[in-house]
Amino acid sequence: MKLTCLSKGQGYYFPPCHIIEISGFRILVDCPLDLSALLIFAPIPVYSDRRLEYAFDCSCHVSVDTDCAVHKKQKVENSLDASSLIHGVPWYKTVSSLHLWDVSFIDVVLISSPMGMLGLPFLTRNKNFVAKVYATEATTRIGQLMMEDLISMQKEFRQFYGSEDSGCAKWKKWEELVKLPPSLQEIILGKDGTELGCWLSLYSAADVKDCIQKVHSLKYAEETCFGGVLIFKAFSSGLDIGTSNWEIKSPKKDIVFISSSVLDAAPAMSFNYHALQDHDLVLFSDFSSLDCMEDVEVETSHSAPINEIAEVAAIQPLIDSDESSEEEQKLGFICSYAVDSLKAGGSVLIPIGRIGVVLQLLEQISVSQEFLNLKVPVFFISSVAEELLSYTTIIPEWLCVQTQKKLFAGKPLFAHVDLMREKRLHLLSSICTTDLMKIWQEPCIVFAPHWSLRVGPAVHFLQRWHGNENALLVLERGLDADLALLPFKPMAMKVLQCSFLSGIRSSKVAPLMEKLQPKCVLLPENLKTFVGNSNTKSMSVIYYFESIMLRVPSLKRSAELKISADLVSRYQWISLKEEDINITRLKGELSVEHGKYRLLTGKESKGTCVDLERLSIALENMGFKITVEQEVSCRSGISFDIHVHEPSKGLIKVGPNITTISTSDKDLSSRIHKAVDTILCDI
Amino acid sequence: MGIDCLVLGAGQEVGKSCAVVNINGKRIMFDCGMHMGDPKHPYPDFSRISKTGDFDGALTCIIITHFHLDHVAALPYFTEVCGFRGPIYMTHPTKALAPLMLKDNLKHMINGMGDKEKFTSDDIDSCMEKVIAVDLKQTIRVDEDLEIRAYYAGHVIGAAMFYARVGDASVLYTGDYNMTPDRHLGAAQIDRLPLDLVITESTYGTTIRDSRFAHESEFLKAVHTCVADGGKVLIPTFALGRAQEICILLEDYWERRNLKVPIYFSGGLTIQANMYSKMLISWTSQKVKEAYTNHNAFDFKHVRTFDRSLIHAPGPCVLFATPGWLNTGFSLEVFKQWATSEMNLVTLPGQCIAGTIGQKLMSGKPKKIDLDPETQIDVRCQIHKLAFSPHTDSKGIMDLMKFLSPKHVILVHGEKPKMVKLKGRIESELGIPCYHPANNETVSIPSTHYVRADASASFINTTLCPNFSFKNSASEDKCTSELQICDVRVSEGLLVMQNNNQKPNVIHQDDWSGKTDT
Repeated sequence: MKLTCLSKGQGYYFPPCHIIEISGFRILVDCPLDLSALLIFAPIPVYSDRRLEYAFDCSCHVSVDTDCAVHKKQKVENSLDASSLIHGVPWYKTVSSLHLWDVSFIDVVLISSPMGMLGLPFLTRNKNFVAKVYATEATTRIGQLMMEDLISMQKEFRQFYGSEDSGCAKWKKWEELVKLPPSLQEIILGKDGTELGCWLSLYSAADVKDCIQKVHSLKYAEETCFGGVLIFKAFSSGLDIGTSNWEIKSPKKDIVFISSSVLDAAPAMSFNYHALQDHDLVLFSDFSSLDCMEDVEVETSHSAPINEIAEVAAIQPLIDSDESSEEEQKLGFICSYAVDSLKAGGSVLIPIGRIGVVLQLLEQISVSQEFLNLKVPVFFISSVAEELLSYTTIIPEWLCVQTQKKLFAGKPLFAHVDLMREKRLHLLSSICTTDLMKIWQEPCIVFAPHWSLRVGPAVHFLQRWHGNENALLVLERGLDADLALLPFKPMAMKVLQCSFLSGIRSSKVAPLMEKLQPKCVLLPENLKTFVGNSNTKSMSVIYYFESIMLRVPSLKRSAELKISADLVSRYQWISLKEEDINITRLKGELSVEHGKYRLLTGKESKGTCVDLERLSIALENMGFKITVEQEVSCRSGISFDIHVHEPSKGLIKVGPNITTISTSDKDLSSRIHKAVDTILCDI
Repeated sequence: MGIDCLVLGAGQEVGKSCAVVNINGKRIMFDCGMHMGDPKHPYPDFSRISKTGDFDGALTCIIITHFHLDHVAALPYFTEVCGFRGPIYMTHPTKALAPLMLKDNLKHMINGMGDKEKFTSDDIDSCMEKVIAVDLKQTIRVDEDLEIRAYYAGHVIGAAMFYARVGDASVLYTGDYNMTPDRHLGAAQIDRLPLDLVITESTYGTTIRDSRFAHESEFLKAVHTCVADGGKVLIPTFALGRAQEICILLEDYWERRNLKVPIYFSGGLTIQANMYSKMLISWTSQKVKEAYTNHNAFDFKHVRTFDRSLIHAPGPCVLFATPGWLNTGFSLEVFKQWATSEMNLVTLPGQCIAGTIGQKLMSGKPKKIDLDPETQIDVRCQIHKLAFSPHTDSKGIMDLMKFLSPKHVILVHGEKPKMVKLKGRIESELGIPCYHPANNETVSIPSTHYVRADASASFINTTLCPNFSFKNSASEDKCTSELQICDVRVSEGLLVMQNNNQKPNVIHQDDWSGKTDT
């Protein structure tokens, strides 16, 4: 087995990306986008004239407002101001080392969270892409909605700058690049200056549709077999709704892949660690604790309103109640802060992209008596707001135990259902709807994408409220707040920065491994200091580095072969007395199925015949125009021909044991193959 | 080693489904139902599981396939009165909806039952607390050896077939299933699994049903003519399942024809059931699922709650009332009032349990019905039998058996004559041994067993070497001669057993000759 960590990512929105080679197959885990790199682009100017004024007057270090907690005591390069941002249609930054791999050599893609899916259309639209993609149902659905939302937000830019700009971006030319401030250059080119090639202009809606069609969606703990040898299973990781850790079973090795996980989660289903126990190898890919560490260092300069409660070294039990109660406190704090702003007449903007956090905040709001007394409306403005929230009401299977209990008690899963019924919560697809004019009322609470503060409706609200000292912006920590707020300066608006739990704390890693009891652990090298000195008796620990291939020695020397009992009873044994050995020659049919080698009594394969009627129904359902040529019965069965006329010409010859599809259209042939396949496998 | 199947209920009958299957020492109880038409023996005979009453030791787990009373109603009795404390598995919708059914049933619990056999509403709650909800296709490890998995079964919302595997032996218990999609549910879906035994329902073991569409339009026509003439339509159903299906059908029709006649649901139960259905939309058919954002199919626009005073209100209406068999309760009360008018219509479900008024109406068209010695009803209203059913027909059963090709089949949940016929077909057409045990009989079958051996890398690698052979099959069409390529890979393996204690080894013959040389 070989492991290559392509990128260790950055926080919740940019999960790590790996390639695992096992049993001759290549598996890509996650295909994210670095959306924080969007910060180099300027948001769409709404009040262009006024904005120009700002652009010349206010760079960061002149800002005088003391209320803005974020950019206090912060030094920024002199050259960086709002005008130095790139004015143009945003491009998107993918994982750079992924481009070094030949797409056609990837056999399987595992997607562990909606965020890990955002870059997938770039891969799937490649003609050479042949891999099977696996993701949980909820991840697929939420990921799809997020991609669609991204596209609709991008549309605004296209309308503003015109679409011709997207083909060749001016800013990517070298002459233009060197003019940019060094901090922006670093975002564009990466630390070692190699990342210019990984910028791509956004995929289209058709690419997303095509991508989603290629995803095989799974339930938690659903077994799926690839190539007869590998078995994949997704287990809940607790990070957000539908996110997963993976179990990869091959005849020689059982691997567990742990992505960023939250031990005691809500509203998503909690981290399932029982299922991850007793495997050969744990591949630990939760880098979030490293981000946290960085955060703590920065915290001195950012006097953020929320103080992280000092991490208590509670090792046992693994899941302590602190973690979840701490999260609840944070939410309560945000809520009370929001209520204060509303009371003072200021509106609250929450551009958080984590669906789990949004749901919890809505939950918190709906139980806050203070808020309910205020009679202010809540808006959720996004092109997918309605779909997203209505989706959350029908997925009890993907939620935590407490929320599932509501189903069993016959209550709605989330409080937003009630808020909507009472007309306190309004879902709008964009700010340009007439509905908005009718119901708009300030102060209010607005949930709106995008957290990068560059695209989406959030930008417009920020432009509207940034001068209001009573207004409140809730930001997530981890984003470069100075750069993010640069185009909106001067900021009189209050900024509340908070971090939500987005992985396993470093102190929990060692106890978790002890619980899981693998024979071998692969840990990121950066975690060495936290885990290195723990007493790992029986397991060996191997550290891996970003973009360096790691060879993992195999643990088992032989694979297991199962021989059916009736076959064994038929064998004639020869005894070699001197060595006390019995020996026989094997006879039988070796089958490789579902990750197991089996030796069976050779038997004729049961041919399934293709039924004319069902095949023609299946083809017609797929929108083909067909005619059928007469059936011919011969000794071994029936044969017939089907001519396909639309969408393009093709011929399907069906014989007793062979079906031939002939057409010049590659796409058509694969679709016909699919049709034949469906009637062969279903009942 | 082997599989023993003890049928405690639904053997050669319909009612109190319960089968205890012992797979290589693990004992699983599939379903725990109550017989609604047999007050003397409402429950399966649990004493046959364990003489001493130590059910925890005797059973590994209980699996419930769906929320119908003949599959779940004895569960609270078994856990709360008999004291079983092991794990119980059912799907999320079943866990959500079963208590509704059970509590509704408490009201019309059969009169002749002894006190010892009764349980309370609190018992139901504490029983349901213990239930572990599972999702479809999820592989659940009950313990070290036992693995179970649910597959979509159609039938009612949340119905599942359950697959159980211990070592190399595996069993599928279908529960009730439907192989054709209906208005709100999809068809049963399952993977092709290697199975030693399939225990299948056989309610319609001999019937072949024709187009569902024709039956539906027949039903709609009957309802429409009735309300158009100002009559009232009574649809006796149970709160869950059929009620939602017919209601989706009517809603759709009302919308298309722009009808304004009110549709009523009696009591809060059905309303509550609709609410559950809304959350459980992912368990319905593809079509309903895809449309949920714009319009949740269970958001009934034309449906209102029925008030008792409306029984005598003039004008046409459609009313859903429980229970479905017209044996007691509100549906009977309304029937007494409405049956006397020719304008009105009563629809009846496909099957009614013997002894109920529903069953009397089904068999012929009686003019008068004796409710009890004093009351007699003049039946003048029209009667329509619903021809669609959530059970699979015999073609569906045969298709499924052919698809799965298990080593053995056991038939339950059906009438004996039908079972005998079906058994004959399965044995002759598919060549699969088939059994139809009566209640309290045990069927024993051998289970698959594999001998485990360690295969050396060289053996595995040689099996991976392609070994192509080309066959030129002369096609009649001269311009395209087909070339068939076969790849039968051959490896020369030896099975070596050392000292009789160690795991046997499989090696390639070259390994062996290398060994003997040294």
